[in-house]
This record gives sequence, C-alpha cells and structure tokens, in this order.
Amino acid sequence: MEITDNLIEKLADLSRLNFDGDERTKMKGDLHKMIAFIDTLNTVNTDGVEPLIYMTTEPLELRKDEVGEELSQAEALINAPSKDSDYFKVPKVLDK
Amino acid sequence: MALSDYSFVNLATVREDLLAKKYSATDLVEFFLQKIEREDKYNAFLEVFSNSSLAAAKALDQKITSGVSLGELAGAIIGIKDNLCYKNHKVGASSKILNGFQSLFTATAVQKLIDQDSIIIGRLNCDEFAMGSSNENSAYGAVRNPIDPSLVPGGSSGGSAASVAAGLCMASLGSDTGGSIRQPASFTGLVGLKPTYGRISRYGLIAFASSFDQIGPFTKTVQDSELLYRVMAGRDAMDSTSAKQPVHQKKAEKKHFTFAYYNEVIDSPGLHPKTKALFLEKIEALKRAGHEVISTSFPYLDQLVPCYYVLTTAEASSNLGRYDGVHYGARSEASADIPSTYFNSRTEGFGQEVKRRIMLGTFVLSAGYYDAYYSKGQKVRRLIKDATDQILAKADFLISPTTPHPAFKIGEKANDPIALYLEDIFTVQANLAGNPAISVPMGTTDEGLPLGFQILGKSFDEETLFAAASLV
Repeated sequence: MEITDNLIEKLADLSRLNFDGDERTKMKGDLHKMIAFIDTLNTVNTDGVEPLIYMTTEPLELRKDEVGEELSQAEALINAPSKDSDYFKVPKVLDK
Repeated sequence: MALSDYSFVNLATVREDLLAKKYSATDLVEFFLQKIEREDKYNAFLEVFSNSSLAAAKALDQKITSGVSLGELAGAIIGIKDNLCYKNHKVGASSKILNGFQSLFTATAVQKLIDQDSIIIGRLNCDEFAMGSSNENSAYGAVRNPIDPSLVPGGSSGGSAASVAAGLCMASLGSDTGGSIRQPASFTGLVGLKPTYGRISRYGLIAFASSFDQIGPFTKTVQDSELLYRVMAGRDAMDSTSAKQPVHQKKAEKKHFTFAYYNEVIDSPGLHPKTKALFLEKIEALKRAGHEVISTSFPYLDQLVPCYYVLTTAEASSNLGRYDGVHYGARSEASADIPSTYFNSRTEGFGQEVKRRIMLGTFVLSAGYYDAYYSKGQKVRRLIKDATDQILAKADFLISPTTPHPAFKIGEKANDPIALYLEDIFTVQANLAGNPAISVPMGTTDEGLPLGFQILGKSFDEETLFAAASLV
C-alpha cells in the first residue's frame, strides 16, 4: 500500500513522535517495506478462526481488592525528571 | 587469598569449592571484578555492581564461617540484562529515555537467584528495549562478539551472551521475545533457554511484548541452565500470567525420543552450508543413538516472522506509551508545555529501531487497519499454535538450526530492517506458540564460528527438553 504524508502524520501524532525532513522520508520508506512484509499474512485463509489473545491456558483470576505493598510517595518521586517535595512537576499548563 | 588463575567449571562445583573453603566468595567476586575491568573490550557490561556484589560476597562468607546452610546457587556470579530490575540499582533497557532510572524493586526472577545465594555482578548491554537481533541498537553502543570482535554477538541479549562467552561472569539472564536468548547463545557457543510462556514470572522485566516475553538463562552447560531454570520457575502473585501448575523438580527419565524437523528448512537456499551439514550430522547421530527422527512440513513458515512483527510491534507501541517524560526517565529540555514534553522526550529518548516499531505497531492497531493486520495476526497466531501442537502430538520435539548462519559483521545488516528481521525465522515459532525452546552448541564453521541446534518442546515440560538437550 502507498504510505502518504497524511498517514505518517497521523501515526506520528498517535505515537507522540516527531519526524522531520530526512527522518520522515526514511520512516516513510521503512514503513512501506515493513507493511509489504506483513502483508503476506493476507495469503492465509482465516475464515472461522478465533483470534488467539491470551497465551495462558489457566483462567485468570481477579485478586482481592486489598491494599498491598505499594510505593511510598517518596519512592514514587525518586525517578521523576522534575519534582518538588510532594509532586511531579510539569511545564506550565495555563498562562496567567 | 587472591585468586589469580580461576577457571569456571559449573555452578555446582563453585558451591562445593566454597564449602571446602578452596576460596571465599569475596575471592571470587574480586576475581571477576578485576577480570571485567581488564577484559571487557566487548562493551558487554553497562555497569558493574562492585559495592553490592562485594557486600553480598562478604555476607555469604559469613554464612559459610558460621555453618549456615547455603543456597543452591552459592557463589554463582551472575550478570543481568539491562531490562531486569534490581532494587537500588540502575536499569535502562539500553535506552536514553531511561537514563538515570533506578529500580524501586527487584524482579522476581532476580530475587529468586539472590535467595539461593548467587551474586549479581552487573547489568549487561542489550538492544534498546530488547528490539533487535544484533545488539547494534543500544543507546550505549554495539556489543562485540568475544569469538571475533568484528562480529555481532547476536541480540537482543548480546551483552548477556558476550559476558558469559568471555568468562566475565558464570552465567547471565536475558529475555527472549522472538529469539533474543537463543540466537545470541548460538552466535557465542552457549546454552540459551526460552522457557514456556508463563513459567517464569515477568514481574520486574521491562515490557516489550507482554504475550511473548520470557526471562531465561545463558550458561556454559545444560546442567547449569536446568539449575537456574528450576530456581526461577514458578507461580508469582505479582505476575497474573505466571502459571500455577507446579514445577517438576525431578530430572526426566531418559528414554527414546521422536524428533521432527521441517523439510523446507533443510532445502532452504538461505541456510549456510556448514549449518546444514552439522544439522544433518546431528540428525544422523540421534538416529544412531536409537531415536526416531521424522521429517514434516509446516504450512505457515512464510508467515512466522510477519505474524511475530504485527503482534509484537502492536504490544510494544502500547507498552512503550508509558514513557512520557513526566513520571520517570528523561525529559526533553526543549519542552514548553505538556504535549511538547511528550513529543520531544519520546523523540529524543527513543532510538530509530524503537521508533520504527512503535510506528508499525500504531499502524496495525489504528482504526481502519486493526482488522486487516492486528486481528488477522492473532488469527494466524492461533493457526501457528495449533499446527505446532499437531507436530508435537506425533513427536516429542521439533528441531532446527537456531539461526540460518553464524554471526555476521557489525554493520552488515544495519541498513536493512527486513534482512535483520529474517534472522528470527527459526526462533519466533516458540514465542508465537508459547513453547519452551533451547539452543545448544552444535559445532563451528571452518572459521571457528559457533552454530546452534534448537530443540522446541512441549509446554511446561522443560525437564524432558533438558534431557534431550543433554543428548545433543
């Protein structure tokens, strides 16, 4: 299938990624090749076949809704790129 | 006493030697720390855990002195792939986006090794987010193959393979989503195991494709592989996909097995002549030893790798959505608001192969293409699983070369993603169907490059798989 600029734009937006100039051209070429590669799936007749979604054969159980071991607030903030004593910090959202 | 000349035999011997006080755990750790410092020209280790490994050795030596019984893995010096969490240590999936990230807990598989008195010596380079077959996709540079440093060690667990092959640790952990343990094991002359899906907890493994990923060991021997597997296997409440059925603790009784192989594989023009010759020799040797070897065919050989890429990229695009530059990991300095924080952090933080796979995964999941690609992939996966089960109903194992050819040059396939994807042709079936598979050395090319023999077995019957691997 043809990979249009519109499709790249849409996928990049959904993926939260930017592609500019040469990178966009390269991604377009790569996606074209990769989609041609996966298109071979369409040669298989899958009429009446149920999709395989879960790899576990045992039924999955819901755990009890109990408070268990959790991260403390201090631990959760250890890896934050920007924080103050209690919160994750992000760039300003509202202009004054 | 400093160990000047130590040569590793197997994990059980290390434990015995410690008990016999031939050397101390501290001697061992010091020996390996110095060896890594001196000899890691392969870019295998991203970080050496000097302080914590020496502290663990000291604690182990105290146990020995006070006569406390030792764990099964006492003194085992083990490296872990850079996608496994170890509390208070850095982990980064070889990606810039996790630069500086520190684990807040320890992966269950790693904890089980520690509980048996093994010592975690450091974290090992890999392809970024385990995406690759050559270990050229690391943000921290390519890993080199100790057999010949101009060659790739395979991927994505390339550092895990190189470190053991170079004798820089006794064994290592990797993860296998489509061959990322077995292919590098094959390229470096090691034993590499991908257990049954659900057999080892994935808690604390940085997710790539959750319905494919499994943790497994790299070892010098089948015996060590089995030992590490038994320690790590089992149900874990922290991973709802880990299986409840008990892990067999006994060795399988040896008997005569039936091995199946694909006709198409033998006749494939892409197969290296020595790979073919050695594989056929192994088949003859198995027959001579009284085993049955049958040829069969597989109707979906051409669909294996495409199906794998549709489903793993879809799962990856979803799993990697969590890297947003807000809660943890690297944030772009250039961001002025929330959307640009997401876009810029991800654009700067992810490497090219990761971006390619996120884009393809987003494509197959997007409205208008979901049924044609993602649902279609899940249906083909069922057909592949059913066909695999049918083969294993008439044979105990499915055998193949682990890879079509030996390790290739660094840079040789860097510009052609499809050529690199086809590296996975023999290994992805086990991940698509969930079965366990092991790669064991089967000889070398005339140039001395190792080649691997793969055995794929029945789900949750690793014991018989190990029995077969010991034969080969």
